[in-house]
Amino acid sequence: MTPESPRPAPAVELRGLTKIFGSLKANDNISFDILHGSIHGVVGENGAGKSTVMKMLYGIYKPDAGEILVNGRSRRWNSPEDAINAGIGMVHQHFMLAGPYTALENILLGDEPCAKSTGWLPRALRPVATSGARLKLGGLMRKYGMDIKLDTPVENLPVGTQQRIEILKLLYRNADILILDEPTAVLAPQETMELFANLKKLRDEGKTIIIITHKLKEVMGFTDRVTVLRGGRVAGGRETAQTSADEIACLMVGRKISIETGGEKRNRSTGGSVLDIKNLSLLPRGGQSSRHRLKNISLNVKSGEIVGIAGVEGNGQSELLQAILHPHDKSCVSDGAVAIHASMGLIPEDRHKEGLLLERPLDENFLLGQQHRDIFYNRGFVRYPALRKSTREAMETYDVRPRRIEATAGELSGGNQQKLIIAREMDRIPGLVIAAQPTRGVDIGAIEFIHAELLRARDRGAGILLISSELDEIMNLSDRIIVLYEGEVAGTFTRDGYNEREIGLCMAGHQ
Amino acid sequence: MKKHLQPLLAVMLGLAAGLCITAIAGENPLHVLKVLVTSAFGSRYDLGMTLFYSTPLIFTGLSVAMAFHAGLFNIGAEGQLLLGALAGAATGILLPGVPWPIAPFIAACACIMAGAAWGAIPGWLRARRGSHEVIVTIMLNFVAAGLTSWVTLYLLPNPESQNPETRHVGPGYLVSQFGFFDGAPVSAAFIIAIIAAGLVWLFLWRTTAGFEIRATGQNEHAARAAGVNVGRTRIFAMMLAGGLAGMVGIGEVLGNAGKFKMGFSPEYGFTGIAVALLARNKPGGIILAALLFGALHKGTAALDFETEHVTRELSMVLQALVLLSVCADGLWTWLKKGRS
Repeated sequence: MTPESPRPAPAVELRGLTKIFGSLKANDNISFDILHGSIHGVVGENGAGKSTVMKMLYGIYKPDAGEILVNGRSRRWNSPEDAINAGIGMVHQHFMLAGPYTALENILLGDEPCAKSTGWLPRALRPVATSGARLKLGGLMRKYGMDIKLDTPVENLPVGTQQRIEILKLLYRNADILILDEPTAVLAPQETMELFANLKKLRDEGKTIIIITHKLKEVMGFTDRVTVLRGGRVAGGRETAQTSADEIACLMVGRKISIETGGEKRNRSTGGSVLDIKNLSLLPRGGQSSRHRLKNISLNVKSGEIVGIAGVEGNGQSELLQAILHPHDKSCVSDGAVAIHASMGLIPEDRHKEGLLLERPLDENFLLGQQHRDIFYNRGFVRYPALRKSTREAMETYDVRPRRIEATAGELSGGNQQKLIIAREMDRIPGLVIAAQPTRGVDIGAIEFIHAELLRARDRGAGILLISSELDEIMNLSDRIIVLYEGEVAGTFTRDGYNEREIGLCMAGHQ
Repeated sequence: MKKHLQPLLAVMLGLAAGLCITAIAGENPLHVLKVLVTSAFGSRYDLGMTLFYSTPLIFTGLSVAMAFHAGLFNIGAEGQLLLGALAGAATGILLPGVPWPIAPFIAACACIMAGAAWGAIPGWLRARRGSHEVIVTIMLNFVAAGLTSWVTLYLLPNPESQNPETRHVGPGYLVSQFGFFDGAPVSAAFIIAIIAAGLVWLFLWRTTAGFEIRATGQNEHAARAAGVNVGRTRIFAMMLAGGLAGMVGIGEVLGNAGKFKMGFSPEYGFTGIAVALLARNKPGGIILAALLFGALHKGTAALDFETEHVTRELSMVLQALVLLSVCADGLWTWLKKGRS
């Protein structure tokens, strides 16, 4: 785009890309360049259109308008296969690996090499010849400093390694442009560092890397250039070195915002115990691996404190949550005791699945879980007038938009759905709040609000159990941190002893 | 408004397609339509028969809708209504001396309870063992058919008749029919059906238990997290569904035949699925949809002898086309998408 520049054509040029789903303009006239040999961040809030534009680049969606240029040539894909042949590869947020297959088999899957001597056989019947592939993979691993055991089934490998297998697979297929969709969502902090070290090495060898993310820290720390999307349009592009986290956040939301929530650091007086868990265990079901169950967990939450459960996703957080919710269900608790000494409010991990009736109006969603409270219950009948009044008031207080009680929960944005749930759960002034991934998939503005609500509930005297995979969130809000690793308590930290490095090591299983 | 127009449009489309087929068969579609309407509404007797056919369809439609709101698909209304009717008849046969006001009351209770018990089985199996209610209810329909015919033929057969039916119930059990309809067997059961629809609405949309049933049907995980005992709610909803289907016995045994006749139901239980579907599971709509299907049933029955070319089979094709058109919900969304 800059004619005076001596550089060759950018690796990727997007010109006026537009994609429309029904009445929704997911991408509206998106144009930006991605330079050769750079790490390019594509950031934006949920629903800003990051994934849509990358899926067009990767050939999953066809653009309704606009064009894609790769290395200066205009290209049109009919399927991801075309994109792969043109040297573009993508690592999806949820890895596309077959668990019981070995790393090597996963890498070769879909493009199996065959020995020349069997060329007379129909393609599907030719035996797979792996020696050439091993040679090539060995070379690639040496070049990019990866060390992967090729003959281990991938389900027995840590998540970070699985991700490296995905990247190696792309390199094996000669990809020059790598797209990574939220690559750090499932990684512990140390694994994140390793990933970015690997990516830098790849960049220095001339590969072009695109990272889709919503984490400002990663954008600022590891990218060369960044493009911010908001509401399906490009909100701005910057050289990372010449911008600040505040500016990027500002571009993402479209208004000024403070990123630090800043939990109070002073020591606080706490009251009696509201949640007691003693020697909680959950045995694995027959046949499954025992890695993601619970082993002998003891913890307690007192009123007036926030206890954070940190850990990489899938290390027992969901199981712990289910055990607290259904302490008498044998499929949730096989040993130990869960005692709850106060009324409980729940912000569920997956709000669509456990928190809302998506096709029902907001007042019925507000009633959910409160249907037996005296103000809404009258001898078997629901007090609908009182319910509507309370719902309206709560929507006003918690700023749930749109303010239409007849709207269904499914019509609300993620942030507003979460606000509705918080309004409902806080309305009965619970003594214990279980907040599981409370800010997942909500916009920055709502995150601020949700954090403030949790702190307010604590100051009012509620005990809060905060389960989150965002370490920053846990460190900001919690008075104590408990780290889960493979279903066990791997470490406990008090506010004075917070240290991101140590907590991170703990999360990764290094004691 | 558009939402309410759509089912109406579906019925018209199905009817139009059916009339086209009668035209191909060599009949003037206008004549067919005229026969349909006059035979369904042409006289007091015809209107009465339409109401008589509609009554069980209201009950089975409510039954399917009740289960649907709990997230269950009740294909077993047919079996539940057979058991209900048999229980009503058995009560009247085994306790023939009970006097009038009490007799129909206990027989009605027997109908409801037998239906509820038959409905509770798939509910319990789903809640406790995870067996899919569609399979179980289909299977139980066969069991109910076998069970009722065994009881009818071996335990309570009517010695005075060549037909497969039970003995007569005691005289105190019979409910009088409205004279207005010139002998069509319209009894209090029709009124009870309307009241039942009102009660179902009140229950589902105004009570806490109804809310819990609907919450379970909408999202069982959210209901469970909200403290609803999902398993118990499911069993309860299936019992209610079964009870509603069992109420068909009130109109058939107490208001019409005075005995259990094998094969009395022209698949009311299955047509009830279409009724609920057309009504989008709303009780008010179920009354209207049941009237429509009742009229269609009565109307098409006359086609065989009122026209030259439309046979019994062809009139069933006509009914089926209306049903198909009602069920083709996806087709409408697809057509809409194509236009935009």
